[in-house]
Amino acid sequence: MPAAERPLSPHLQIYKPQLTTVLSISHRATGLALSVGTIFLVWWLLAGADSPEAYAEAQGFFGSWLGIILLIGWTYSLFFHLCNGIRHLAWDTGYGLDLPRTYATGWAVVAASAALTVIALIAGFAQWSHA
Amino acid sequence: MTEQASLRSPLGKAIGLGSAKEGVVHWWRQRLSAVALVPLALWFVASLIAHLGGDRAGLVAWLHAPVPAILMILLVGTVFYHTVLGVQVVIEDYVHHEAAKLTALIVLRLACFLLAVAGIFAVLRLAFGA
Repeated sequence: MPAAERPLSPHLQIYKPQLTTVLSISHRATGLALSVGTIFLVWWLLAGADSPEAYAEAQGFFGSWLGIILLIGWTYSLFFHLCNGIRHLAWDTGYGLDLPRTYATGWAVVAASAALTVIALIAGFAQWSHA
Repeated sequence: MTEQASLRSPLGKAIGLGSAKEGVVHWWRQRLSAVALVPLALWFVASLIAHLGGDRAGLVAWLHAPVPAILMILLVGTVFYHTVLGVQVVIEDYVHHEAAKLTALIVLRLACFLLAVAGIFAVLRLAFGA
């Protein structure tokens, strides 16, 4: 391929990370993490449909340290992808595309997804300790 | 940049390289499934928390009721529909080798369809029998 005579964009790592770019790639990353999570969701449902022993095994995995770490990761991923997804839907209607509002809604997504994750974890551990 | 000499007419190039005649279908389906997933995902998280640490009897009792079973089937179906559309874009953006891209897209679609059928089957089994 002949060298281009026009200026090319610098590589991605040249740019300083900004809220907008970090949230953008995080939307993809959390989407992919949730895609992996769907496999575990189906495994959990199949175990439940199979037998009490298989279900106990699945519940045991999700109660293990690895399972808990994965569940916390998926909880945050889901709330982030949900909140930022709503931000995307607002953009699709034409709302909030100017820079001040893009940053305002961006920080709102960060705050809301963190708050929802904390609420879910508190509720989850409260329920788990009763079960 | 030097223009490559070509015998194709401008119209021929446009027909060959232009619109795939899909328009906004992918975009629209991704948004439609996203809207559906907002209430479904919130219901799903709340329900999972309510059943944390429970045994199979609790799971059966929960999904034996019509509304939770219907919502769980809708969730599984919509989740995999949305997953196909989302991961497809990621593959198209990052995988540039044509054969690898096609393979990845085929595996993605078949795997998501398989998982969706398996998940819905499991919910139906919990809802109707077991």
